[in-house]
Amino acid sequence: MALSVPANVPAPNRASLLLGRLARSREATLAGVVIVLGMLVWLEAPNFLSSTNVISVTALAAIIAIAAVGEALVIITKNIDLSVESTMGLVAFVVAMMLKGQNLPVPTAWALGIGLGLGLGMVNGVVITILRVPSIVATLGTLGIYRGLAYIVANGKEITTSDLPSGYTNPASQTFLGVPLFVILAIAIVIVAGLVLRYTVVGRQAYAVGSNAEAAATIGVRAKSTVFLVFALSGMLAGVAGVLWGIEFGQLYASSASGESLAVIAAVVVGGVSISGGSGTVVGAAIGALFLGLIQNAIVVLSLPQEWLQVIYGLVILLAVAMDALVQMRAQRAKARSRMR
Amino acid sequence: MIQDPRPTGGPDGLQRSAGLSIPAAGHSVSAMSRVSRSLLAAARMETLLIILLAFVVWWGMQLSPYFLTWSNFGFSVQAVIEISIMALAMTPIIITGEIDLSVESMVGLSGCVLGWLWASGVPIEVAIPIVLMVGALGGFFNGLIVTRWGLPSLVVTLATLALYRGLAHVVLGSTVISNFPNDFTNFGFGYVPGTNLPWTLFVFLPLAAVTVIIIHSTWIGRQVLAVGKNKDAARYSGVRVGALKTALFVVSGLVAALAGIILAARTSTANGDNGLNMTLAVVTIVVLGGVDINGGKGTVPGVIVAAVILGALKSALTEAGISTDYQNVAIGLLLIVSVVAPQLARLIRELVGRIRLGRSGPAHDPAPGEVVR
Repeated sequence: MALSVPANVPAPNRASLLLGRLARSREATLAGVVIVLGMLVWLEAPNFLSSTNVISVTALAAIIAIAAVGEALVIITKNIDLSVESTMGLVAFVVAMMLKGQNLPVPTAWALGIGLGLGLGMVNGVVITILRVPSIVATLGTLGIYRGLAYIVANGKEITTSDLPSGYTNPASQTFLGVPLFVILAIAIVIVAGLVLRYTVVGRQAYAVGSNAEAAATIGVRAKSTVFLVFALSGMLAGVAGVLWGIEFGQLYASSASGESLAVIAAVVVGGVSISGGSGTVVGAAIGALFLGLIQNAIVVLSLPQEWLQVIYGLVILLAVAMDALVQMRAQRAKARSRMR
Repeated sequence: MIQDPRPTGGPDGLQRSAGLSIPAAGHSVSAMSRVSRSLLAAARMETLLIILLAFVVWWGMQLSPYFLTWSNFGFSVQAVIEISIMALAMTPIIITGEIDLSVESMVGLSGCVLGWLWASGVPIEVAIPIVLMVGALGGFFNGLIVTRWGLPSLVVTLATLALYRGLAHVVLGSTVISNFPNDFTNFGFGYVPGTNLPWTLFVFLPLAAVTVIIIHSTWIGRQVLAVGKNKDAARYSGVRVGALKTALFVVSGLVAALAGIILAARTSTANGDNGLNMTLAVVTIVVLGGVDINGGKGTVPGVIVAAVILGALKSALTEAGISTDYQNVAIGLLLIVSVVAPQLARLIRELVGRIRLGRSGPAHDPAPGEVVR
């Protein structure tokens, strides 16, 4: 473990400073890459910066970013949530069903959808903390279960924009002071989650559990409640993302949002959240989501073959975790050197 | 977390780990070899599985009088043939504490490469070995990154899950190849003449036999278990952990490509979505078969019985009118239950052991240094 420094070594200050700087620079670097990449695409395809295109890129990126905030919390505690895409799909479909069949007021349906996401996340949390199933297995299981539930709810039908209240999909393209509404929501969620992670006990406990579970237990962190909480939050944020997914597309199937877990996890690891737990920020995860959204859009506006998108996702994840491993190896070597002195 | 089933020093530990009451005679622990004890434990696990299988079959018979017929047997085999084959290769990977999530995408990629080669005029008997090599290469890539870069296989194979699926779509685009030669598709959905046994079953059976032999009676199997129980100890006793794991990933990729070929033959279809969502079922079979998801424990016969259970279950669910899309709910639940159940069983065993210990009093005096849990 990179962060478990023995107490009698005089280096931890320097080491943690170094790690902190690297973590900070990761977000800055990625933001730089996003800007450079955006400019390159813009030079090739001037309509890239048209307001409709910017809104459509950022709307999708905002949806992924919101889910990625939840996933980042989970990965910081050294767990993983593979079920986000099924939660998003199920919530999106159920919300649309409620609006179509029950004529519920829109905000009520949204609230119920987010509540459903929270519930699904809590189920994950219970299976992982109380039934002690490793998160990879538990969420692989619920990935199948929640998707199956979406098929049961859908019962072979799909929902089209005409089934929904008129103007339901408008918020996806609306702006406030020139900023798309989805982006405002995503930024608000990132700020709140970032502050909670950085300045509250719960937030620091999440890092503690992820970087060294035993040490965290020794100093009295209740790992189980922390892990339960992050899975519940991940489900809730996936619920929010699912609601937005419905607003963005208006056309919903039982298979909606299939494959998005990969995009969400890719955003998180590209954003510098270490897959071995204990480090990373939600800001990084959100910039990661923007980066992936940009790539996806670049493929469209440059009319490159769509099929390459998943190939790029895969390579991006590999590259990000490899860089991570490299940084850790360097840090470990530096630590070993300072210990010898 | 690895639960070491070895006794904690005295006959009491032995009794607890085997779950049998063996009189505490004068003989030492070594009298009962470790092998026979692990066989006993395996036998118990498999007994449970066979009871579960009997229950599923009984349920199926309630649903339909045709459930226990040879023709339904053939259908059931075909429904799980690819995932069962992949479960065989996944077993040693999970025993060593790793996982390969990318197999379902390799099924898609191999099908697409096969379709593409066939569509561009390559004879099928030449295309098949090439596709198998693609599979082995994909597995080698996984293994290399996991062992050389020291990255968790969970993330690496999650990345290649996207990568190989993407490549599958790149190879064929949106085209669907469905004009495979008759001999090839006959192998996929045909039956051995005069029987109701599908040809594909005769791919699974030898593979299963070979896997049982390799894992349970060769040095390779012993090394796999050793790595799963304690990687560092295995390395210090001369196991080349990296090479072993890489080899296991190569086999997994190769077998996934084989499964992809079978799927293409059986459905007479190759497109980018072949094999989507198969990984869940593969991991479910392995874990249901008693392989510890944290590594270090597991038997191949258990996995084979679990594959049969899943085949029977899918068939019964279909009889009950539950379509494939809905069946993932059952499979996902089964996966979680099969991780939870052994933990519950252990808890109950410990509880029973404690009660028995309390009642028998001095007869079970723990030996000095023995740990009583």
